[in-house]
Amino acid sequence: MELLTEMRWSPYAVGIGIGILSWFSFLISREPISCSTSFARISGAIERLFRGKKVELKPYYQEIKLVVDWQGMLVLGIVIGSLISALLSGDFHWQWVPSLWATTFGNSQVLRVIVALLGGVFLGFGARWAGGCTSGHGISGTLQLAVSSWISAICFFIGGILTTQLLFKVIG
Amino acid sequence: MQTKYAENKSKKDKSHLIWGLVFGILFGFLLQKGGATKYDVIIGQLLLSDFTVLKIMLSAVLTGMIGIYLMKTLGWVELYPKSGSMGSNSIGGLIFGVGFAVLGYCPGTIAGAIGNGYLDALVGGLAGILIGTGIFAALYPRLKSGILKKGDFGKLTLPQLFKVNDWIVVVPVAVLIFLLLIWLEHVGL
Repeated sequence: MELLTEMRWSPYAVGIGIGILSWFSFLISREPISCSTSFARISGAIERLFRGKKVELKPYYQEIKLVVDWQGMLVLGIVIGSLISALLSGDFHWQWVPSLWATTFGNSQVLRVIVALLGGVFLGFGARWAGGCTSGHGISGTLQLAVSSWISAICFFIGGILTTQLLFKVIG
Repeated sequence: MQTKYAENKSKKDKSHLIWGLVFGILFGFLLQKGGATKYDVIIGQLLLSDFTVLKIMLSAVLTGMIGIYLMKTLGWVELYPKSGSMGSNSIGGLIFGVGFAVLGYCPGTIAGAIGNGYLDALVGGLAGILIGTGIFAALYPRLKSGILKKGDFGKLTLPQLFKVNDWIVVVPVAVLIFLLLIWLEHVGL
């Protein structure tokens, strides 16, 4: 039981665990682990709340129906699983500004939230453009040796590494 | 009239959803234990100073790939490769990468970050992702038969691309990932 209250596990143990989890998600649920479509569904569902049923007629929401599905439950589960893990190890805490951000850009909560929001816009937009994210393409897709996923995953890191260098080495 | 079939189907749907939740809880637990719910760890990877994220991803891909191709060979599972195109995956991937760096979380790890109590993820990042996907949905009619279809290759896997037996690709990829991980440890990253 001590294992469960440890703050960090070896990245290899975690990776092997996620790999084994993917075996069972294929075997039991016939679904690869992926996340980003659920955010598009939540976004559409929020828009539907304000603008009514006609939102469902948008071509994109004809392709990804605005329903609670396996993946939506998976994303909800991630929040719960992370919370359980953090509570067990005493690693849960409310935090506005990550420390690495603070060392370069200061302690302003407002600045951090605005930049996070801007980053989120690119992330959400890019995930839908590429048809997946770090889990759907980066893990589940590459492990199936999907061509779309290897191209996407490599581009995620090229874009990510270049932008981080720009942010922390040039601007910061 | 509700038929028995419909009842069975809704029961099946319910257990399907519960399995989704169970897999999510385990995935979120692992991500948090690995440190992947943290901005510092993710940005550390993109700054090439902390290789935790890559180690997690590569060992997941190595383990997952061998098991899933073994089960595919045995006829237990089928694959679900996403269809793609150069215009979709390369440009979308780069835009995603920019967001990945600016936000410091990705769609899966942001859910974990929220569970970890990180408010920049909840208040800033989540709202941003919802706006970004909404913008995409609005532009989709104009993108879908143009740029998103440029260099379309469909649901293609590497063994299909090279027209070889699955294991001709699985084995070398497994060896390469394994060697890369050993090398990372060897140079102390």
